Amino acid sequence: MKLDPSVRDAVLAAVPSLRAFAISLSGNVDRADDLVQETMLRALANIHSFQPGTNMSAWLFTILRNLFRSEYRKRRREVEDTDGSYADSLKSHPEQVGRVEFEEFRVALGKLPPDQREALILVGASGFSYEEAAEICGCAVGTIKSRVNRARGRLAELMQIEGAEDFGPDHTTRAVLADSN
Amino acid sequence: MTKTEIGSVQNEASLGREIQSKIGEQLRALYDGVLDQGVPDRFVDLLRRLEDKDDGERR
Repeated sequence: MKLDPSVRDAVLAAVPSLRAFAISLSGNVDRADDLVQETMLRALANIHSFQPGTNMSAWLFTILRNLFRSEYRKRRREVEDTDGSYADSLKSHPEQVGRVEFEEFRVALGKLPPDQREALILVGASGFSYEEAAEICGCAVGTIKSRVNRARGRLAELMQIEGAEDFGPDHTTRAVLADSN
Repeated sequence: MTKTEIGSVQNEASLGREIQSKIGEQLRALYDGVLDQGVPDRFVDLLRRLEDKDDGERR
C-alpha cells in the first residue's frame, strides 16, 4: 500500500483536531496520542472504505471515537486518569480563564459520562453540526441534542459546587485525597 | 413547580447563562490550546516510517 499524497496530507492535517478531541475525551495526553496513532494506522489500513468526496475529518473522528469507547469499556473499572498532564502540556496556558478554574473545568469534564462528554466536545469545540455529531456517534440527532444539554447541565452543577468552595482544597490536599482513594 | 420569587428565577437564569458561557469558554480554551500545538513530530515520523516500509516491501 503506497500512501496517496493527498490522503497523507489530509490525515496529517487532521492530527491537531484529532489530538484536541482525544485529549478532551480521555484527559490524558499520552493516552490521547496513542489513540491518535492507532486511529491513523486504522484509517490508512482501511482507506479503501473511505468514500472520496465525503468528510475525511468526520471519518477519522468516528474511528477515534470508536477506539476510545471500546478501550473505555475495557478500562471502566480503572480510575479515570485526569492527572493534569495535558494542562501542563499546553504551551500557552489559557490565562484568560485562570488556572484554578481551568483545573476545575477539566476535572468536571472528566466526571461526565462519556456519551455526554463526546457529544459536548464534538458540538461545542470541534465545530461539528448536530447531524455530523450524530453520525460520528452512531445515534439519532435528538439523542445528541439531549446529551449536549445534559452535559451542560451537569457541568454547571459541578462547577457551581466547585465555585462555592472557591479556593477549595489546594493541590497538595487534592493529591492526598486522591491517594486515599 | 414550586412557588418561586420572580427575582430569583431571573437571577438563576442569568447565573445559568453566565455559567454556560464560562463552560463554552473553558472547553474551547482546552481544545484550542491543543490545536495550537500543531502536529507533533511523532506523527510525521509515523507516516514517514509507514512510507519507508511500503517502499521496502516493493523492492
